[in-house]
Amino acid sequence: MGAAHGHRLHFHGHSPLHRAPAHLKVAALVTFMLVVVATPHAWVPAFVAYAVVLAALVALSGVPVGYLARRMVVETPVLVFAALLPFVATGPEVDVLGIGLSEPGLVAAGGLVTKATLGVLGSLLLAATTEPRDLLAGLERLRVPSQLVQIMGFMVRYLDVVTDELRRMRTARESRGFTARDPRHWPVVARSAGALFIRSFERGERVHLAMIARGYDGSARQGARP
Amino acid sequence: MTTPVTTPVLDLRSVAFAYPDGHQALFGVDLQVQRGERVAVLGPNGAGKTTLVLHLNGILQPGAGSVAVSGLPVVRENLQEIRRRVGIVFQDPDDQLFMGSVRDDVAFGPRNLGVRGAELDRQVMRALDLVGMADFADRPPHHLSFGQRRRVAVATVLVMEPEIIVLDEPSSNLDPASRRELADILTGLDVTLMMVTHDLPYALQLCPRSIVLSDGVVAAQGSTLDILTDDALMKSHRLELPFGFDPHVC
Repeated sequence: MGAAHGHRLHFHGHSPLHRAPAHLKVAALVTFMLVVVATPHAWVPAFVAYAVVLAALVALSGVPVGYLARRMVVETPVLVFAALLPFVATGPEVDVLGIGLSEPGLVAAGGLVTKATLGVLGSLLLAATTEPRDLLAGLERLRVPSQLVQIMGFMVRYLDVVTDELRRMRTARESRGFTARDPRHWPVVARSAGALFIRSFERGERVHLAMIARGYDGSARQGARP
Repeated sequence: MTTPVTTPVLDLRSVAFAYPDGHQALFGVDLQVQRGERVAVLGPNGAGKTTLVLHLNGILQPGAGSVAVSGLPVVRENLQEIRRRVGIVFQDPDDQLFMGSVRDDVAFGPRNLGVRGAELDRQVMRALDLVGMADFADRPPHHLSFGQRRRVAVATVLVMEPEIIVLDEPSSNLDPASRRELADILTGLDVTLMMVTHDLPYALQLCPRSIVLSDGVVAAQGSTLDILTDDALMKSHRLELPFGFDPHVC
């Protein structure tokens, strides 16, 4: 509560990118991603061009590079997987510092990292320049099934409630002298996660009751505003 | 309204209910609420208050007995109309406010009833005006204070122009200022009101009449002041006034 503006991923601004209609931004991102994924690994100049386009958009949006860079950590699992590829892939090997690495593996890893980085950066830029609510409205205009949009809407709405609950539970744990430091403490954390799941499930039921109480009958009549 | 004035807005006759696990919560509740009344339902925790509330708009159906709203029986065929007539404000506004903005949330009910376009906007803004939240229409509900969220929750049922508003513990978790603001709003509304609470001073402030629900039956009913000053009755149903509160001097 308190902050006047949206989400952790959103960066408040008034750039042309912020003002662009959400459905155009989503469509542009999806197209961009398809093109990036479809580009063969060897076409290095094409990837440079994509990167330049993205960099230009970042500059246009006015979102600080550091802000996006910090959020790039979500890419870590992909990077780990890419780092493993040269070791597990087969084919001709090259010798790097005395270790035999698979050459096709290196190329695949390079391609994977490049494409993933472009994709993640593009998505972060979309998230940073679009309020969640506008994003949902944009998806609706793109004719994404309204049930799916509703589910995403619930997620956006309750993310803060659930993370708040999580934070309160952690505070309560720590107030009783518990801090999760090593794997021996994981069972306690797991039980907290279980409790959080049950609480969220029960909240879901209460929300459903509240919806029924206002005449909701499960139909998609809540769809796009007329 | 075509309904004659004598038909009670709420008419419960011998309502009994047991949960699927066998726990019986209500053992034959009889109660009537007349148009324009403000009635408090008092009772200790576990008396069956919330179970009773869920019967008023057919979320729970009685195992025996009947519920009628302005003469219309609460049965499956009438549920849509019943839910327009009975507006329930739940205890936790986070359960009730689930859309991305205050405006969409207030619009949720009327949209379920088929209201669209300019008429929908007009109804939404009118309801928000009544609770003093019109300036917050485009804010996400989770950025409001607790008291503001409860007021929006009241607006979400006001917008349906219900014949009766039922509030479940309306004063819980409110600071004294929010509590007074909500009381001002509720007393200013021209609507039949029922509130379920164990906040006895709030009941006295808002509701001339009270019903004591205890162990699943109506144990007593009468003027709120009479009930709160009947020490024997209060004690036998686990009702206690907060320290230092004297109903006679209010």
